[in-house]
Amino acid sequence: MSTPPRVRVTSPRMSASPRPEVRPATREIDEQTEVGEVYLNALLRSQLRPALAVLAAVLLGLGSLPLLFLLLPGVAGYQVGPVTVAWLVLGVAVFPLLWAAAWWHVRAVERAERDFTEILHRR
Amino acid sequence: MSAWIAVLVVCAATLGVGALGLRLSRTTSDFYVASRMVSPRWNASAIGGEYISGASFLGVAGLIFATGSDMLWYSIGYTAGYVVLLALVAAPLRRSGAYTLPDFAEIRLRSAAVRRTTAVLVVGIGWLYLLPQFVGAGLALRTATGAPGWVGTAIAVLVVVANVTAGGMRSVTFVQAFQYWLKLTAIALPIVLLLIVWHHDGAPSPAAVAGEAWVSPLSGDGDDHPLYRTYSLLLALLFGTMGLPHVLVRLYTNPDGQAARRTVLTVIALLGTFYLFPPLYAALGRVYAGDLLNSADSNDAMMLLLPGRMLGEPWGDLAAALLTAGAFAAFLSTSSGLTVSVAGVLSQDLLRGRWRASVSGFRVGAGLAVLVPATLSLLGVRTGLADTVTLAFALAASTFCPLLVLGIWWRGLTRTGALAGLITGGLLASVAVALTVSGAVEGGWPAALLGQPAAWTMPVAFAVMVGVSLATPRFRTPGVGTIMVRLHAPESLDLNRGDS
Repeated sequence: MSTPPRVRVTSPRMSASPRPEVRPATREIDEQTEVGEVYLNALLRSQLRPALAVLAAVLLGLGSLPLLFLLLPGVAGYQVGPVTVAWLVLGVAVFPLLWAAAWWHVRAVERAERDFTEILHRR
Repeated sequence: MSAWIAVLVVCAATLGVGALGLRLSRTTSDFYVASRMVSPRWNASAIGGEYISGASFLGVAGLIFATGSDMLWYSIGYTAGYVVLLALVAAPLRRSGAYTLPDFAEIRLRSAAVRRTTAVLVVGIGWLYLLPQFVGAGLALRTATGAPGWVGTAIAVLVVVANVTAGGMRSVTFVQAFQYWLKLTAIALPIVLLLIVWHHDGAPSPAAVAGEAWVSPLSGDGDDHPLYRTYSLLLALLFGTMGLPHVLVRLYTNPDGQAARRTVLTVIALLGTFYLFPPLYAALGRVYAGDLLNSADSNDAMMLLLPGRMLGEPWGDLAAALLTAGAFAAFLSTSSGLTVSVAGVLSQDLLRGRWRASVSGFRVGAGLAVLVPATLSLLGVRTGLADTVTLAFALAASTFCPLLVLGIWWRGLTRTGALAGLITGGLLASVAVALTVSGAVEGGWPAALLGQPAAWTMPVAFAVMVGVSLATPRFRTPGVGTIMVRLHAPESLDLNRGDS
């Protein structure tokens, strides 16, 4: 009769590096770790960028009109039917353009928020 | 006669729907919850209904009628202010959970002193905005019926106080939403008739009657330094809208930040549609009612008198009655919204003892809110409607705009910085307002700088707020990171927002 082969009983592998704990990104933000700060700053920037873009467009667009009229009285006073270009721009055309700027902003910011949510959930 | 009926119907409808709303908001368990089921479209109509004041309804047409194309900037500014509000503050303000501006100051800066300063400013801006509404109500009724000026003012004050103290208007978004569509109908239907008559008359050109100075931009008809005034006006309207007390409350009735944005987007469409009409009245006024020019009262009344001149009986009478109804609806809805906001702030932040944050305190607050502007308008203070409203915008742009923008986007804002900026901007703008309203300065640069102060008071307020904040970093709000998360993170994320 043969003896069974000796089996060596060992302890768990203590020396191996442990598997990293999964830390959800939301917790990084909650605990205001450095990683969390990076996330928060990214969120702020992603929302501020479209805001500043639309603000610049509106300020420059509207702000340049008085100067334009001052420098180019011929264009401002050009007759289109019973009204001049200046009246048509200031009284009618400005409003759909303002709405379009606002619509673009809402779309851009909502996309940024969706992306941010996705990135946080992916981790 | 039909104008009387129109005004009485509008007052009765406002009171009636308000009373109905009172019953509804009692049976519905919680009016905040009910409000939060309101869709962006209804909410937007409600904002439009509350925002389009008598100054917009009569005043803008009056100004364009009197001065010409430079005044088109009023309608643009009133609308574009919402684009700025949308870009910089709409969603974060909703996410902050603030119901009033003092609430926001408290949430962001945790300072009782800033809170109280904000409350004082809300009351000041509210009074400045209420004054032309009450003056205008008297003017509209006098024009339409020949009744003495104080009658219209008294009716408006009584209806507003009755409505607000009963608590009706506050809970019912529906009333304000209805007011927007009433105002749009009231301004859009008569112009169709007027344009038909104008076409029949061979479409006479307003430019030929009014002359070059009225038609072309920056002609400076009446005022010095038209370029500066145009830019300063634009800044005040663009950056003042976000600081108006009655606008913030309406953002709160949205379910979340995203809905707040969509609401504001719809508001921009609604306002843009409305503001297509005042210039048409102004131009027809130049053709048919040129003799009314050159007194603030008759400029503002022009729109109500125009149908009588252009249309025979009974159409002229009916059109005038419809316009009077729209104007009165505008005075009532805006003053109700403002009175609710001012009364809430008065009772919560400024009254003491048993009046503090109680129902009776709210009623006392409502009384105080209308007392000062009502007294002033009954004493016979007469100012151009849109002019006075602009000063309220300038005051808001020099105080609440820096507080909101820096508070929302800059972690470094400290309570000392906020306080210094609010006081500086508030003092500068109020002194400019006081000097302008009293008529102490005449002509030249001083009059331009004080009459349209926003171009310099707003940058000064921003600079003081930033400078003092940088100099006092130890007064930064503790836990400002969590506050930023609360203001900016989408609601769907499970994050600590410092409120649980």
